[in-house]
Amino acid sequence: MREELLKIIERNSRIDLKELAVILGVDEIDVVNELQALEDEGIICGYHTMVDWEKTSIEKVSALIEVRVTPQRGQGFDNIAERIYKYPEVTSVYLISGGYDLLVTLEGKSLKEISGFVSDKLSTLDSVLSTATHFILKKYKDHGTILAKKYEDTREKVSP
Amino acid sequence: MRDMLSKQAVGLKPSGIRKFFDIVSEMEDAISLGVGEPDFDTPWHIRDEGIYSLEKGRTFYTSNSGLIELRQEICNYIKRKQGVAYDPQHEVLITVGGSEAIDIGLRAVINPGDEVLIPQPSFVSYEPCAIMAGGVPVIIELKEENEFRLTAKELEDAITEKTKILILPFPNNPTGAIMERKDLEEIAEVIRKHDILVMSDEIYAELTYKEKHVSIIEMEGMQERTILINGFSKAYAMTGWRLGYACGPREILQQMVKLHQFAIMCAPTTSQYAAVEALRNGDDDVREMCMAYNQRRRYLMNAFREMKLSCFEPFGAFYVFPCIKEFGMTSEEFAERFLAEEKVAVVPGTAFGECGEGYLRISYAYSLDNLKLAIGKLSDFVSRLRGEK
Repeated sequence: MREELLKIIERNSRIDLKELAVILGVDEIDVVNELQALEDEGIICGYHTMVDWEKTSIEKVSALIEVRVTPQRGQGFDNIAERIYKYPEVTSVYLISGGYDLLVTLEGKSLKEISGFVSDKLSTLDSVLSTATHFILKKYKDHGTILAKKYEDTREKVSP
Repeated sequence: MRDMLSKQAVGLKPSGIRKFFDIVSEMEDAISLGVGEPDFDTPWHIRDEGIYSLEKGRTFYTSNSGLIELRQEICNYIKRKQGVAYDPQHEVLITVGGSEAIDIGLRAVINPGDEVLIPQPSFVSYEPCAIMAGGVPVIIELKEENEFRLTAKELEDAITEKTKILILPFPNNPTGAIMERKDLEEIAEVIRKHDILVMSDEIYAELTYKEKHVSIIEMEGMQERTILINGFSKAYAMTGWRLGYACGPREILQQMVKLHQFAIMCAPTTSQYAAVEALRNGDDDVREMCMAYNQRRRYLMNAFREMKLSCFEPFGAFYVFPCIKEFGMTSEEFAERFLAEEKVAVVPGTAFGECGEGYLRISYAYSLDNLKLAIGKLSDFVSRLRGEK
């Protein structure tokens, strides 16, 4: 049930426990215990809400920053990654194979705030060799959810 | 002109679904639980392969039997799933949906007066296709107490000197019933004893929720007397692509290819290329969709238990078939009132044969949110009816 449970709540963490038990075909107490176990094991790391900020009046700017760094002896990339992910405006940090090392995503109130972060904080770190900043213009799909269009049922209403 | 029409065509009863469809389509805001097709879009990689084939200009006829790559993939698939081997050159035919395979399969084997055994409730096409092929349909009424499975006794009782072929429609539309290995072993014995043919319509084979689907072709001595029908519509959510196939003994397939060649020429080329991709890389999609259907199935069974509506637990396809006999009205009356009062469309069981009387077909090819809304209305309706009594 673990995989199926994770797949369901990854899409809808607000689903009612009773309903979750019904559609998984198990008892509610088993769902509760399994969720607890998943949280304890750190497999479930949090419950978030997807917000399309574009549709609000609140200004937000997001950027992806490619960062090239010098790995440190004994630490690899972990130390430098930690120094970056501790900034609250950083929303994710990934170690990447290929032309650069870290992919940092960032949320800020304005272009100025983001460029300020890159020039003042990120680029000045000792092991950072270079950065390339890409501003996000539009989100079409995020976390497996398509933001642009609503589902429309175009099937014939009754068919054999 | 006098006698403009074929008496045989005129004599066919119009589909019971059609009548209901006409009422529903006039209601703008009706919620429907009446569809017989998946709610999922065809997985993108399959659609993409179709588009790519158009870009490459693969817009010509294929061979009558269909692309050899596709026939080969179908043989690989059946070998993988059922452990039975077919020859892609002579024992597979790509058709325009499973429906065409039913039609030409019957026409390839029926002589005037041959009896065609049709278990009902079942898909609406078997009976008219049997008639148009010159056969005589003989209905076997399946029973809820047997979970709408076909029993050896029911089969034995229906067989006469004239019986030519049995249609085996499992997993079943509209009941959701399946046949497990032991059920098939029992009927296979009767089939061998009386030396009749089988047309096994396994279009819902991928959608089972108990054990893996078992086919009659796996039973001893059955492959050589079975026309196996399957297709892409239900498993891969490809209804609009109109693509199915038939596998069977070379002698029968030879005749089917002839009928197909003269009436159809070949199945749509774009769809055939897309289907190759479906069989090569579609297993994960099927698994995901199957998981979602199963969740909805459990939700519905639980909802019926809560509203105390009697329903046997179905383990196949994407339908449930609740019993409404307690309300003392016909399936059609129930469905019409439910639609008029709650604006929810379900299909009366009688659309799938007279023995569907007292039942409704409810499709769960809808999102859970949609089902919740509709089932809430069903629950209200059922309470109201009980209050009236």
